[in-house]
Amino acid sequence: MHELSVTQSIVEACLKKAGGAPVLRVTVEIGTLCCVMPDALWFCYDVVTTGTSLEGSELVIVRIPGRTRCRDCGDDIAMHDLLSRCPCGSDNLEAPQGGDELRIKSMEIEETA
Amino acid sequence: MCTTCGCSKHAHAWVTDLATGKVTAIVEPVDHDHARIDHRHTHPTHHHAHPHDHSDSPAHDHSPNRPHTSGTTIDLEQEVLAKNNRLAERNRGWLEGRNILALNLVSSPGAGKTQLLERTIHDLQNSVPISVVEGDQETVFDAERIGATGCRVVQVNTGTGCHLDASMLARALTALNPPRDSLVMVENVGNLVCPALFDLGEQAKVAILSVTEGTDKPLKYPHMFRASSLMVVNKIDLLPYVDFDLDACIAFARKVNPDIDVIPLSATRGDGLDRWYAWLNARLTALFETAS
Repeated sequence: MHELSVTQSIVEACLKKAGGAPVLRVTVEIGTLCCVMPDALWFCYDVVTTGTSLEGSELVIVRIPGRTRCRDCGDDIAMHDLLSRCPCGSDNLEAPQGGDELRIKSMEIEETA
Repeated sequence: MCTTCGCSKHAHAWVTDLATGKVTAIVEPVDHDHARIDHRHTHPTHHHAHPHDHSDSPAHDHSPNRPHTSGTTIDLEQEVLAKNNRLAERNRGWLEGRNILALNLVSSPGAGKTQLLERTIHDLQNSVPISVVEGDQETVFDAERIGATGCRVVQVNTGTGCHLDASMLARALTALNPPRDSLVMVENVGNLVCPALFDLGEQAKVAILSVTEGTDKPLKYPHMFRASSLMVVNKIDLLPYVDFDLDACIAFARKVNPDIDVIPLSATRGDGLDRWYAWLNARLTALFETAS
């Protein structure tokens, strides 16, 4: 399950940046055409963060759809998976743009009084 | 995996050099220690909401049972796979500097990667030096098969891991020490999902699919076929005995990747191997001409 490696990378990067401060929330952007499953990330996140300053923090996943253009009707459409069709019924689509994001956007750390 | 926190600190892959028997562990550096901090959050039961929001705006998924408490926001804007991608670029430069063509062979277990390699080494090793990196969770069986051809080979065992990553290939290349102006074949762990995401620094991924696996496989595992430059359809000698539609399979692969090359072949009987060798030779020639 590659989501474990992906989660380890996210947690390593956040721990480094947080420098020991308790983390409340981590926001990541995952493109809809990227082969990473949100459910598996959440599952791994709980395992990987246990015993760290990220334990109990929330993982927020923002899905970014890929964009493409239908070669039949000309509409610009969002792609939610690699086998998406245009609402007009056509699957004759241009190569998707974007949707392959896999990025740690930000995190929130607890404010110290 | 480490049972304290789930990190990879105590998990490792290892490289076995078949010629010397030397085994080297690959331990990933981990940045955090295991000091427990003051826990302000209990570990809640997880009922994550993940609405299948098909609006055009980015969906924002988070668990409903965790209230939005505010803290200080720190922007990271960092690629999750930045570390792997940096190492992959380093591998790519290392290979280019030595004028080496490296291919990443990916497939389900049992599609015939090792068989295709054995045959390729047998037929081409007098025209170009070939060496092999074998990836499997456990055992050196495949490396022994490749070693029996007289080819230089190292085995990477990933343990619980389901894919090779760039740091594993870096270690393997150090152990393998392939000659300049040569071909390095990397046989990834048999898995049509995870290896799609991890750049190793190879020049191209080659997806191998066998006719016993089903016509619709490129649609069922689209990420791998999208990431690959070539689809080899192996075991075509079995076409009379299985329900496999070669034309439909190729159409499915081109649906997810319009640019993918396709070569149907039989690694055991030899049909189609000439096209596979021509594909390899074209890439080798292009590489060697660029360097000269």
